[in-house]
Amino acid sequence: MFLKLLLGIWLTVVIIVAFAFPVVANPQAWYEYPIITGLEEKARILFFHVPMSWTTVVAFLVAMMYGIKYLKSKNIDDDIKSVASAGLGLLFCILATVTGSIWAKFNWGSFWNWDPRETSIFILLLIYGAYFALRSALEDESKRATLSAVYAIIAGVTVPFFIFVMPRIMASLHPEPIINTEGKVHMNATMLTVFISSLAGFTALYVWMLRMRIRLGRLEYHQLSQGA
Amino acid sequence: MISMQQVYVIFRKELRSELRTRYALNALFMFIITTLSIVLFSIGSEDVSPNVLSGVLWIVIFFSSMSGLSRTFVSEEERGTVMTLQLLTKSLNVFFGKLLFNFVLLCILNVIAVVLYIILINDFLVKNYLIFTVTLMLGTLGLASASTIIAAIISKANTKGTLYPVLSFPILLPLLLTVINATRLAVEGAFFTEAIGEFQVLVSYFVVIVTVSYLVFEYIWKE
Repeated sequence: MFLKLLLGIWLTVVIIVAFAFPVVANPQAWYEYPIITGLEEKARILFFHVPMSWTTVVAFLVAMMYGIKYLKSKNIDDDIKSVASAGLGLLFCILATVTGSIWAKFNWGSFWNWDPRETSIFILLLIYGAYFALRSALEDESKRATLSAVYAIIAGVTVPFFIFVMPRIMASLHPEPIINTEGKVHMNATMLTVFISSLAGFTALYVWMLRMRIRLGRLEYHQLSQGA
Repeated sequence: MISMQQVYVIFRKELRSELRTRYALNALFMFIITTLSIVLFSIGSEDVSPNVLSGVLWIVIFFSSMSGLSRTFVSEEERGTVMTLQLLTKSLNVFFGKLLFNFVLLCILNVIAVVLYIILINDFLVKNYLIFTVTLMLGTLGLASASTIIAAIISKANTKGTLYPVLSFPILLPLLLTVINATRLAVEGAFFTEAIGEFQVLVSYFVVIVTVSYLVFEYIWKE
């Protein structure tokens, strides 16, 4: 209860601070953000978009990990955990795609232009979609758990290929590689603090929602097994 | 462990049952003809750049393999021969036997598709045949390996036909992007050394997929 309240306050403060602090050319006061060339006011997206993408990836890895655990233990509880995490991953994946797409409209001029990063998030969306399509096509619980775990593993090992494949196909316009020669976004201490706080906040939000979904999944499972 | 002899026996069994029904061969062949004629009709007398044509070639190959290979394991489920196979041999022998058969089948059909494609579409001129042949071989290997393991998964599901391309597409996408890129290099007449990066990706893709299949196939087969 206390932690939940704390998380609520934490994220509220992050959201207010992310939008309220001004972006200035020469930040002097502690509450000012520096101008990042090419991003300016639009730099505020990184407080939300990056943590969402990060959570998407973490959720997929967690789902895959519990999938592997299920294959070893054959304990249906691991499958409940796996699907709970995958569901949240899909949610955050959609959020990251939508926010990124809106940002792209204002920075690059179109909602979608097959930038490598856009392509990778699109593939993650496809994988999540295929994962749930597979689950809905399987009625038997243990079959569903085993096969979706196997599919998550196969999908998980092919994702790293895009790191090698994508740069060969097209050049990226994503901020991180193009802003300067070192390929880093220069943040000042204020920006970095807000960014890290947001990252921590989003991760905590994910953990809290995951635990809730696991509890819900268990209740549904017991209801089904008792009702039948 | 895998016994080469038993893998070969499974391969022979697949070959014989395929030659009796000719399901996959007919379906794949007709699919290639159908898609190729659609491509030809839509091109008409337009000049299409070779870059686009190298993508279209792999669209034809991808969808025809999706229609032909989906029954690899479904047929065993339908005929109720899964138990017999489980009793007769280790699961990995079954997997590698089927993989070998799918690879041979895809090889034959890709050769047909490519020959027809080159004959029928005048704008598609391959300048470096070495790159093209290696791409085709490695692409077929990767395609066969990924589609075999996905076929094993969908054989247990309810909606088999539609689910197959849905599950395969994200898995095959890195392979497809790479082979399309390599085919483009072959059409542009690049040097062999320029395509080595693509070949490395294709070889490692095949190795990774086969290794993962080796590790997880038992779980699917025994389910």
